[in-house]
Amino acid sequence: MLESYLSIFINAVFIENIALSVFLGMCTFIAISKKIDAAIGLGIAVIVIIGITVPLNNLIYTYILKEGALAWLGFPEVSLEFVGLISYIGVIAATVQILEMFLDRYVPVLYNALGIFLPLITVNCAILGASLFMVEKSLAFGESVVYGLGAGVGWALAIAMLAGIREKLKYSDIPDGLQGLGITFITVGLMCFGFMSFGGISI
Amino acid sequence: MAKTSEVLLSPIFKDNPIALQVLGICSALAVTSKLYPTLIMCVALTATITLSNFFISLIRNIVPSNIRIIVQMTIISSLVIIVDQLLKAYDYETSKTLSVFVGLIITNCIVMGRAEAYAMQNGPYMSMVDGFGNGLGYSVILIIVGSIRELIGSGQLLGVQILPLVSEGGWYVSNNFFLLPPSSFLIIGLFIWFLRSWKTEQVEPAEFKMSKNAPKEVKADHA
Repeated sequence: MLESYLSIFINAVFIENIALSVFLGMCTFIAISKKIDAAIGLGIAVIVIIGITVPLNNLIYTYILKEGALAWLGFPEVSLEFVGLISYIGVIAATVQILEMFLDRYVPVLYNALGIFLPLITVNCAILGASLFMVEKSLAFGESVVYGLGAGVGWALAIAMLAGIREKLKYSDIPDGLQGLGITFITVGLMCFGFMSFGGISI
Repeated sequence: MAKTSEVLLSPIFKDNPIALQVLGICSALAVTSKLYPTLIMCVALTATITLSNFFISLIRNIVPSNIRIIVQMTIISSLVIIVDQLLKAYDYETSKTLSVFVGLIITNCIVMGRAEAYAMQNGPYMSMVDGFGNGLGYSVILIIVGSIRELIGSGQLLGVQILPLVSEGGWYVSNNFFLLPPSSFLIIGLFIWFLRSWKTEQVEPAEFKMSKNAPKEVKADHA
């Protein structure tokens, strides 16, 4: 039991890293990776939000949307899977909003640190992507908690690494046209190749 | 009329959503290993962004500004659900290949970005034109990346063998590197380099200047 959880976690962090292997959350990944502090702040916010929303969406999927899930209401043949997308994004937007208000009221230190990143996260496709992958892999509730945390940690790890590289990279003599965005794309490409080497590992 | 064509054409090279605004690149990377799914993705995104810009622009004056994000999200997700269902009904194989990426059009920042930046301030017709133009700008990059990857990676275009492979008695040795997803980062990076060498006003200023003693500067002084 524990082993399978560990394997889902390792799998989500390294082998199927949500940023560098399935390329999700790339817009914020490239836009907010200039400074390492900001990158780590955003990474932590993503871990928290994915860790909450993936299990929540798992519950919604299992008990409301899945085919036959509404049997307790007397609709055994109803499948609401087609409204999945809109429910997941609703859950994500609501969670972000609630978390923002909660942190503002009770943990102002954390709110000040994460504050500007929280609204950005609603439109981060890593979050919605993780929920969709959770449905595609048909994970159970416990597994979805582990998968959510793993996916978040993987994304945070990737953005912290990219920010580290970019902080050093600004001292390099880069051709004019490649300056900024161009060289960042190529750096991310090379990092992806690095992460592909985890591909053969099986746990 | 001049304004319409300006709004329609400027996102393609001058103000490209992927190359300059860094929006919506997730799907640009993951779905481009073959040209056919790429084309389907382009059509799906262009349809979504055109319609979402239109509807958001229609209701822009009656939505209170503090709930506008939720309203935009709802409109966009409904449109994406329609696209997703249509694709599943008529082209199930491709919808399997694209897997979660059709759903991820919802969080594609181009759609949200254009809704927020353009449709909230302009009339329905111009917003549609703007949405369509941005869809085209996205499609141009995706089609370029998709063609390069499929041609070099497997010698085919749209599944038709263009370069005969060695394994089938031809002369072309396929380069599997281009079938790997990370290669699209390198292609987009090089494309940005090309685009910025052509339209130099897009070049970003360096954050850190090399000192005068760097060999390149010395050479420039003598010349």
